[in-house]
Amino acid sequence: MAYLELDRIGKQFGTQTVVDEFSLAVGKGEFISFLGPSGCGKTTTLQMIAGFLDPSRGAIRLEGRDLTAIHPAQRGLGIVFQSYALFPHMTAAENVAFGLEMRKVPRAERAERVRAALAMVGLAGYEERYPRRMSGGQQQRVALARALVIRPSVLLLDEPLSNLDAKLREDMQIELRQIQRTLGTTTILVTHDQNEAMSLSDRIVVMSQGRIEQIGTPQETYERPASAFVSQFLGKTNDFAATIDRSATPARLVAGSWSAPAPAGFNGRVTISVRPERIGFGDAGLAANIVTRIFQGNHWLFQCESECGPAIVIRQNDGQAQPSEGDAVRLAWRPEDMSLRAGGAA
Amino acid sequence: MSAVVETAPASAAATADERAVRAPWALTAPALMLFVGVLVIPLVMTLMLSFHDWGQYKGIESVFILKNWREIATDPYYAEMFWRTFRIALLATLITAVLGAPEAYILNRMSGRWKGIFLLLILGPLLISVVARTLGWALLFGGNNGLVNKLLMSLGLIRVPLPFMFTETGMVVALAHVMMPFMVLSVWAALQRVDPQIENAAMSLGAGSFTIIRRIVMPQIMPGVLSGAIIVFSLSASAFATPAIIGGRRLKVAATLAYDEFLNTLNWPLGAAVAVLLLAALALIVVGSNALIERRYAEVFR
Repeated sequence: MAYLELDRIGKQFGTQTVVDEFSLAVGKGEFISFLGPSGCGKTTTLQMIAGFLDPSRGAIRLEGRDLTAIHPAQRGLGIVFQSYALFPHMTAAENVAFGLEMRKVPRAERAERVRAALAMVGLAGYEERYPRRMSGGQQQRVALARALVIRPSVLLLDEPLSNLDAKLREDMQIELRQIQRTLGTTTILVTHDQNEAMSLSDRIVVMSQGRIEQIGTPQETYERPASAFVSQFLGKTNDFAATIDRSATPARLVAGSWSAPAPAGFNGRVTISVRPERIGFGDAGLAANIVTRIFQGNHWLFQCESECGPAIVIRQNDGQAQPSEGDAVRLAWRPEDMSLRAGGAA
Repeated sequence: MSAVVETAPASAAATADERAVRAPWALTAPALMLFVGVLVIPLVMTLMLSFHDWGQYKGIESVFILKNWREIATDPYYAEMFWRTFRIALLATLITAVLGAPEAYILNRMSGRWKGIFLLLILGPLLISVVARTLGWALLFGGNNGLVNKLLMSLGLIRVPLPFMFTETGMVVALAHVMMPFMVLSVWAALQRVDPQIENAAMSLGAGSFTIIRRIVMPQIMPGVLSGAIIVFSLSASAFATPAIIGGRRLKVAATLAYDEFLNTLNWPLGAAVAVLLLAALALIVVGSNALIERRYAEVFR
């Protein structure tokens, strides 16, 4: 049975539906990301789990118990806020100790757990610092220690890394993942950064306009996007309009000069979605002209104009000669490297 | 020829230096002159006046004596007057703090439109003259048949009418009302700096509403309450219109006392001594408490 279960929850603000038909089963110890552009309802969903908002519809269950019936203060969830929301009038140690104080943990045990939590996030020796005298990264670590020290049943992270600079963000991602693995805390991360979601999560929930677009492992959502939105939101992609030609035997999937045996289950107009790094230059395939060629160190980036519209191709810089700007090329890819959707290109 | 060549750059540099030194003075001169002219000179003159002599028939005598100061120091009448002034100011400050801080907190949690309406209601009285507002209280208090007494009696809170006019109670009530906007504004400003997520953070850690207010919100708005208290205290202690209308000449405070010495007794030197003492005492209290507050909260709010 699922550890945390969101059962068709929805949130309505007046006439506006912010979250709709959101169902998700989270396993114990799993790291889940809610990924989507701002305003897609991911933070609202997180706040409903936290209890700061009540769902208009549906149920939230933790180990089978109805979570919505429990006051937010009694839910025992650890939350890290985007602004960290540290208590500015308390030292780092006092911040971390607050949740334990509320739980009436004896003083000696409290001190030990605070020390251990701060050491875990690499802030040993910063116990007496006030938040205002710490850097953004350090404040973030205090916030994480404060949320984890109460041994939460679920850790909720609301865009925790978005206020950090790029280098620090990468370091924190690695650390966050290591801490989560060590403690085995079930974690839900809200983010708009696809790289963050992909590098941290076991599964990603891609959201758009209050609805779930796809739930899957990072690899699944990247390689087999369920919708045009997902394929475009997660990394760069090429969408080509194609048709299934049933008049030929066996039936063929045709996009311009490129064709392959038609897969089962599709008819008429379809959209081929293929990642730029999966396209190669071959002798046969989609006819295209290279418009620009950009050298990016470990790879080349080609922007092409093909029979089916603009296309991006990424080739490893493996020492082989590469076509230059203005060259006519043929774009080819293996059928297993593309994903297919019914309907025209978005 | 060569001498000219050598000295010209040097003297030019010197003038540039001089200009750099003079410029700030020149630029601040107009404001500085105004400050000296309308504040420093009258204050110094008042201070000097307090050392002059005065008699019923001889008027003011420009001599240097300590008569006025000795009178203030020895006559318990003046001590009583100053204690009353600070007692009233302190009570009014306490009332504004106890009522104003929750008021600002509630206001801050209201949704947009209501927030605007109530902010206007709170600040609106500042647009009306203090005299008009205090006269309003005088009407409400007015004798045994005053509206306030009738209300309290019909609510069963009191049996016999309470005296409000010409009492410290009436003065404290009226002053607290007049000063309330300053406290609300000051706490409001402090609340703006509080992270809106911080109460959720405390709640997620298991704190109840009372604990959140006491442990999380209160400590953060305390500097606002204290700076509001300094403003309200100094304004209340030096207030003139409200004590003059509610207390009249039966119940005097330092400010109305100085006024009476100047304009009724015509003993300007004594009035000047009272005014100078009030100013000095207030300055001491304000600067002292400000230093204390800054030291207490230095670590947290830099």
